[in-house]
Amino acid sequence: MLILECPCCGVKAEETELAPGGEAHLKRFGPGSSDEEFEAYMFARKNPKGVHFERWRHAYGCGKWFLAARCTATLEVFGTYPAQTTEPPAELIAKIKAKRPDWKGWK
Amino acid sequence: MSARLQKGGRLIDRSARMEFSFNGKKMQGLRGDTLASALLANDQLLVGRSFKYHRPRGIVASGPEEPNALVALGTGARYEPNQRVTTTELFDGLTSASQNHWPSLEFDIGAVNNKLARFLPAGFYYKTFIHPRSAWKHLFEPVIRRSAGLGKPPEEADADHYEYTYGHCDILIAGGGIAGLQAALVAGASGAKVLVLEQTAHWGGRAPVDGDIIDGKPAEDWVRNALQALEAMENVTLRARSMVSGVYDHGYVLAEERIADHTPGDGRPRKRLWRIRAATVIAATGALERPLSFAGNDIPGVMLAAAARDYAVNFAVSPGEHTVVVTNNDDAYRTAITLKEYGLQVTVIDARPAPVGELPSRARALGIRIETGRGIIKVKGGKRVTGVSIGLQAGEGGAVEDIACDAVAMSGGWSPVVHLWSHCGGKLVWDADRALFRPDAARPPLNHDGSALVWPLGAANGALTADAALRDAVEQARLAVQSLGLDAGAAEAAIADPVEEGAILPVWIMPASAGIELKSKMWLDFQNDVKVSDVQLAAREGYVSVEHTKRYTTLGMATDQGKLSNINGLAVLADALSEEIPRVGTTTFRPPYTPVTIGALAGEARGDIFQPLRKTPMHDWHLAQGAYMEPVGLWQRPYTYPRAGETHEQAVNREVVNTRDRLGLLDASTLGKIIVKGPDAGKFLDMLYTNVMSNLGVGKCRYGLMCNEQGFLSDDGVVIRIAEDTWLCHTTSGGADRIHAWMEDWLQCEWWDWQVYTANVTEQYGQIAVVGPNARKLLEKIGGMDVSKEALPFMTFKDGELGGFPVRVHRISFSGELSYEIAVPASHALAFWELLYSEGQEFGLQTYGTEGLHVLRAEKGFIMIGDETDGTVIPQDLNLDWAISKKKEDFLGKRGQQRTFLAAKDRWKLVGFESLDGSVIPDGAYVIAAGTNEYGFRNAQGRITSTYYSPALKKGIAMGLLLNGPARMGEVVEFTAMTGGVSAQAKVVDPVFYDKDGEKQNV
Ligand SMILES: [Zn+2]
Repeated sequence: MLILECPCCGVKAEETELAPGGEAHLKRFGPGSSDEEFEAYMFARKNPKGVHFERWRHAYGCGKWFLAARCTATLEVFGTYPAQTTEPPAELIAKIKAKRPDWKGWK
Repeated sequence: MSARLQKGGRLIDRSARMEFSFNGKKMQGLRGDTLASALLANDQLLVGRSFKYHRPRGIVASGPEEPNALVALGTGARYEPNQRVTTTELFDGLTSASQNHWPSLEFDIGAVNNKLARFLPAGFYYKTFIHPRSAWKHLFEPVIRRSAGLGKPPEEADADHYEYTYGHCDILIAGGGIAGLQAALVAGASGAKVLVLEQTAHWGGRAPVDGDIIDGKPAEDWVRNALQALEAMENVTLRARSMVSGVYDHGYVLAEERIADHTPGDGRPRKRLWRIRAATVIAATGALERPLSFAGNDIPGVMLAAAARDYAVNFAVSPGEHTVVVTNNDDAYRTAITLKEYGLQVTVIDARPAPVGELPSRARALGIRIETGRGIIKVKGGKRVTGVSIGLQAGEGGAVEDIACDAVAMSGGWSPVVHLWSHCGGKLVWDADRALFRPDAARPPLNHDGSALVWPLGAANGALTADAALRDAVEQARLAVQSLGLDAGAAEAAIADPVEEGAILPVWIMPASAGIELKSKMWLDFQNDVKVSDVQLAAREGYVSVEHTKRYTTLGMATDQGKLSNINGLAVLADALSEEIPRVGTTTFRPPYTPVTIGALAGEARGDIFQPLRKTPMHDWHLAQGAYMEPVGLWQRPYTYPRAGETHEQAVNREVVNTRDRLGLLDASTLGKIIVKGPDAGKFLDMLYTNVMSNLGVGKCRYGLMCNEQGFLSDDGVVIRIAEDTWLCHTTSGGADRIHAWMEDWLQCEWWDWQVYTANVTEQYGQIAVVGPNARKLLEKIGGMDVSKEALPFMTFKDGELGGFPVRVHRISFSGELSYEIAVPASHALAFWELLYSEGQEFGLQTYGTEGLHVLRAEKGFIMIGDETDGTVIPQDLNLDWAISKKKEDFLGKRGQQRTFLAAKDRWKLVGFESLDGSVIPDGAYVIAAGTNEYGFRNAQGRITSTYYSPALKKGIAMGLLLNGPARMGEVVEFTAMTGGVSAQAKVVDPVFYDKDGEKQNV
């Protein structure tokens, strides 16, 4: 039962208020894309033991989607941020690197 | 024999006698007894049979770790199987019965399995799966089924009720022994909000039984003072009978409070499930004593040494006249001393060559006979202990002496209860000197911010003696308090008189070099009948992982989850593999700590309030009319409105015919309604739907399809354009929330710069379909806006007024008839419905339900999401190419549909089927193709997706998918029956069975 702070309304939301949305920062590939690009967009997902970026929706709260960086092994949450971005905020990346020096980065 | 002693018993009230029964036999106990102590007081040693061999089983423990003594409690609506007698508080009138025996506990035919033990080795179940196949079906399965299973499931609905409650605290303390109470004093003094949960009805844990002296007084006095001090703190809450079952992510804690187990029928909830959010958790959960593995250690009368002490001190129950205490550590001497002081005969068998601690010295001084360097070679007896043979622990099993006795108290050392530490990933370290796993402080389970989530202390942290436990409790509780940024303050630290204990000698097999004969009688897991020989066999057969060994032998997989057997089994496995214990690892502890009853988990969500119920404004009206309701998502909708004497089938046919011939009324309020508004709304809908919505004229309706990114059809419905920048999307009844979330996902996460606003207004409107040739006559009668063909042509809508109600009238049809779908504000919907119903009678109006709706749409060949679609169907499969834009560069699903498999020419496509004999083809039936596949099943070339009796055609009609279907009109195909074989033949036809040109709806 994770607790994630919704960056939109500021509520520390419990998992029962949230709907999961899978991996964050996927790039959509539509018509004109190659089979490989489409396959990667549709099916290839990271499954790290460690730092991971995810989509969550404050479904039973303000209704807004947001993104979260957390460790899948220890459940430590590094931070949450609005969904309207194509990459994690620089300060969040710096914070994770400080905590996990071996981390290879988000891409 | 076990019996009630004449004096003592700190928890019982000798003036309050209680009647209870076991297997129909009347017995007497005392207030304060557990069922276990009361059974022992009545010399009822035999209480059950083991799972596999049906061996006689007695009470082994005195707490939640009990593996054997599971009984069925109560009768009828209060019957509950698999209850541990050791945690069941006695009450007057309690009825109990033993389990897993036939025909009786004393004479059990299943015990023949015991004789067949060598044919039922470790991995027996898996081995029988392998070969021969027929043996499993005809030989093994029937035998296993008859003998497997413990309690029988209840037959009546539970008469009790259960409830949830929510707790929020800074520090949750699990365990109310002296360590837990000391931690609570520290935490309480810091001002933190503290919740202390104790699983038993009593505070203080083992210390009062062990005779510890704290701050110069008996432990019991200190416990009383500590409780008084804690009760005086407003920020501290104490709850007894509350078992913490699990610690989950970020400090979510579940606990089960037993409220009325011991006062059945008094009106209170039976149990209360606590759902707690704790900023941090203290695990003061104590330790569990381990059995010793010697031959016959499962015979009734053999119990844990501390349990024997508990029964004597707490309940004044002696385990026997003469108890042999067998041990590898000093703690068991407390049991020997206690029993001796009660005037009972005691002999100590100590595996250690030269025990030197304070306790052995005291025992010697009391004149107790102590045999050192010895072990039990085997226990004698069948349904109760009659004696033991002893010999050298270091030997192979040669007996040097037989000792007559009627009880054996064993101690193989103690294992900290690390469950709560481990649930969220806390790691363990093997303490070889003391032969135990304890929490590794360097690798704790983590909270959301990366800090430690659980603070183990006292015996749970490996501090097994009272003075060590109290010191550890203060130290760890201070760290817990500081982790919350609070000041631990100056809570008084209690000091217990130290008792010098000698070192434990790890003993995993007794005697150390026992042969196979003895090892086949050494039980590790009493409930699941796993012996030392089974684990060794698993090791020989190549099982090197403890997790695999567990599953192969079923060690630790019984209802006690290996509380007594895990460490012993692990040590035996390590020995068999010639590995160090920590290298073999330990199993993962998962919640719950002890079983939580399903009733408590369900809480009040039973019967009518099992899940939320969504009602349309006309819900009660439907019920009053005797409608037969069916669930559609969380909605309840009328399936049909049967009249007196009608079957549902007859009622549906009547409703369909009446709608086609005269006038039908349908409650369509559940239809999803989502407003999409904004400068970019048209562009957005063009991405969402397969066809173009941006060019829809204001006042017009258009049918649209939505696909997921894979290209599969996900939802459909009519879209209307209300204003230049505003559309309203109708979705399927079950799809409104999902589609609204889908829209929001794309708007928030992909096209966040598009100016679009969405609102799910499904429940703001009632929606009523007025359907049939007389529909216009009814609306003209109630009066208001012009509903003529000219003013309101097919596939248009208008806002206005009808019969004095504000309405939006849509000329859309899901039946093929002249049809008006009328949206009206929800608050007016029932009144408007009643007006239509009464004014429509002269035109032959009848209501119809969802089944009639289905028949009407199937006769017209209209698809239904969830029938014609199943997540693998693209619109092209349903011949809906006309609703897929060729011009749009992009829409959700377009790229997916270009994949070779979906773009292939030879797909299963929608057709109609008419059965040759007029019967209704079974739903889901496959269209058979020639030959068989690699598994020997008939090949298929299609399947039925919708199938009904058509009143219009007076025969069975069906829709379905068929390989290259549209090119095969007129062909006769065969279907499978539910029972196998060919059930029906049908002709492939156009799926539009009725009014192919659509003349009836366009009038
Ligand atoms: Zn929010």
